[in-house]
Amino acid sequence: MAEKSGADILVQCLIDLGVDTVFGYPGGAVLPIYDMIYEHPTINHILVRHEQAAAHAAEGYARSTGKPGVVLVTSGPGATNAITGITDALMDSIPIVVITGQVATHLIGTDAFQEADTVGLTRHCTKHNYLVKDPAELARVVHEAFHIATSGRPGPVVIDIPKDVQVATAPYEKPVLNAHPSYRPQVEPDADAIEATVDLILKAERPIFYTGGGIINSGPAASEALRTLADMTGAPVTSTLMGLGAFPASSPQWLGMLGMHGTYEANWAMNRADLILCLGARFDDRVTGRLDAFAPHSKKVHVDIDRSSINKIIPVDVPVVADVGRAIEAIIARLKTHGFKRTGYADWWAQIEHWRAKKSLDYAEPGTEIMPQRAIAELFKATRGRDTIITTEVGQHQMWAAQHFHFDGPNKWLTSGGLGTMGYGFPAAIGAQLGNPDALVIDIAGDASIQMNIQELGTVIQYDLPVKIFILNNEYMGMVRQWQELTYESRYSHSYSDSLPDFVKLAEAYGCKGIRIEGIQELAPGIQEMIAHKGPVVVDCRVTKLSNCFPMIPSGAAHTDMLLDPSQVSGTMDDEAKALV
Amino acid sequence: MHIRLEDSERHVLSVTVDNEAGILARIAGMFSARGYNIESLTVADVSPDHRISRITIVTNGPPRVIDQIIAQLDRLVPVHQVTDLTDTGPFVERELALVKVSGKGDSRIEALRLADVFRAKVVDTTLESFVFEITGPTSKIDTFVSLMRELGLVEIGRTGVVGMLRGVAA
Repeated sequence: MAEKSGADILVQCLIDLGVDTVFGYPGGAVLPIYDMIYEHPTINHILVRHEQAAAHAAEGYARSTGKPGVVLVTSGPGATNAITGITDALMDSIPIVVITGQVATHLIGTDAFQEADTVGLTRHCTKHNYLVKDPAELARVVHEAFHIATSGRPGPVVIDIPKDVQVATAPYEKPVLNAHPSYRPQVEPDADAIEATVDLILKAERPIFYTGGGIINSGPAASEALRTLADMTGAPVTSTLMGLGAFPASSPQWLGMLGMHGTYEANWAMNRADLILCLGARFDDRVTGRLDAFAPHSKKVHVDIDRSSINKIIPVDVPVVADVGRAIEAIIARLKTHGFKRTGYADWWAQIEHWRAKKSLDYAEPGTEIMPQRAIAELFKATRGRDTIITTEVGQHQMWAAQHFHFDGPNKWLTSGGLGTMGYGFPAAIGAQLGNPDALVIDIAGDASIQMNIQELGTVIQYDLPVKIFILNNEYMGMVRQWQELTYESRYSHSYSDSLPDFVKLAEAYGCKGIRIEGIQELAPGIQEMIAHKGPVVVDCRVTKLSNCFPMIPSGAAHTDMLLDPSQVSGTMDDEAKALV
Repeated sequence: MHIRLEDSERHVLSVTVDNEAGILARIAGMFSARGYNIESLTVADVSPDHRISRITIVTNGPPRVIDQIIAQLDRLVPVHQVTDLTDTGPFVERELALVKVSGKGDSRIEALRLADVFRAKVVDTTLESFVFEITGPTSKIDTFVSLMRELGLVEIGRTGVVGMLRGVAA
């Protein structure tokens, strides 16, 4: 059998697994792999400017294409810099495979130059990780890593490869993966659990579908199945931040996002429902609010491919461990055999319309300053009919984008939900653009968040990626400032973005187009100019400085205690609520 | 504001895992990362080809936390099976301890007599000391150790619990 070096085996595996794009940054401990990549131009290597960005770019690529993202970084600081992105992928269940270089096996444990205990450091921020000490093991490990990253509940997998293992040779044969002895995610739902679910649907008078990122992870078929089930039953649909786009926002059955910054109708409907069908969501604390007041009148069904998500926060009546798409299809099939008749839930909808009439996302527009919500709404209007992918950073702008940009399809909304990582959006947009070369990819950013990975302007220029960065600039870490206003009597401790750069000049310094938008009259033309420009653009959109994101469920409060506008803000909070922030 | 604690119950979990580098860190780290308790943890390989280890974990927590612990263990890639012996029961639970006692005269005789009552074996002796080997459930060893404290206890080594379901089934 022919012998190959570890580096050669790795690159051969990547090619065999259909990897076309790798996000990375070279360094001493990965030089043999980089030399092999030099010989294989079919692999499109994207040189980022910071390893954290490589991981987020891989997430953006994965989330927008459904294929795993791949990262290649060096040992020590290369690996530790990537850890934020790896943790982000774990929290949001994004399939990425991160290959890290390691010092040679005989140097491990000696505090060698650029040594870090990568498997130790990433053990609890990966779905699984490997340290490969023999090139003969490498092919099986790489194929298994991709299988684990992409199956079951997706997540990040790290493969740490010492430099001598990259150089040493071993016989190579394309591996055949047999069934894994211990890792076997349950994909098909249990028939009794589906029967119990259908039984509850048949009895329900006030059902609601509470959907999440699992539907998007499951693939487009799950979104289709959700639409079919919603059509069939006429039930209202709400979604978590991560699930936006799985159900079309243009549908009359769409209630908008739920949770801390969700709509009035979504949160009230959750509170008053008699059946909650949780489909690929996980009862996150930003969704539930106060636990003892969460949906007290309802039976609950929880469909999740990860058994540990079920009964973790909220006890449910019917647990369904399965791929959410397969479970929805099974529910549809059983409803049909039961001869389900659509009642339309007229009384329930009448009540929902009453809540909807509050128009909880409305906002006042004083004078000629740009309200941030207006900026998002204009962006949505200007991009309608195009294949648009939105990424965000984390903070107020993220919530406004979730509220005022509307998605009709999955994989078009990329945001850091679980970890809440400032600096996610721009590199994620790079990954999304590479995976979707013809799409209009816009990072909706804040003035503080964008600075956390602004160095990637170099990357978009190098690879001529027409990513648009739309900064809602209010000169604050807006969400921190909002919490300080609500919870700490407006003592704005370190939340002012002092010494901001001139974003237009900064863009120009990188060779990128910069546009400044000041005042409502410049908003629509500025957005048009951004879209019309063929290359990357940074837009510095100056918005009102002190706007707050409403509606809002204060920390530790119930869904029914929503604040709708600034007049309801007290400026203090008790210790129990402060502790929950 | 004060931190509130919930009532706990003790559970013995038997976990079969791949016998690979880092597996103990993976299990123990999951407990510490998620704030679960470990009262004791034992691990040894149990298959002829040395590929599978059995880990016995004694933990405590409210019932919903115990359920979470089992689910979180089960989702780790190298974990083959998790059995809650306490829930599945009845089961046998044993621990081994080495107990060193020093003394002369009556206390030495009393130590030996108690060791006999507890079916502890003498595995080392000098004119002024014994090392006893004792096996049994945790409570038996606790009792023996507390009696020895009165009689010149020098040091104790305990293995932690191993457990197994009674009857023919695995």
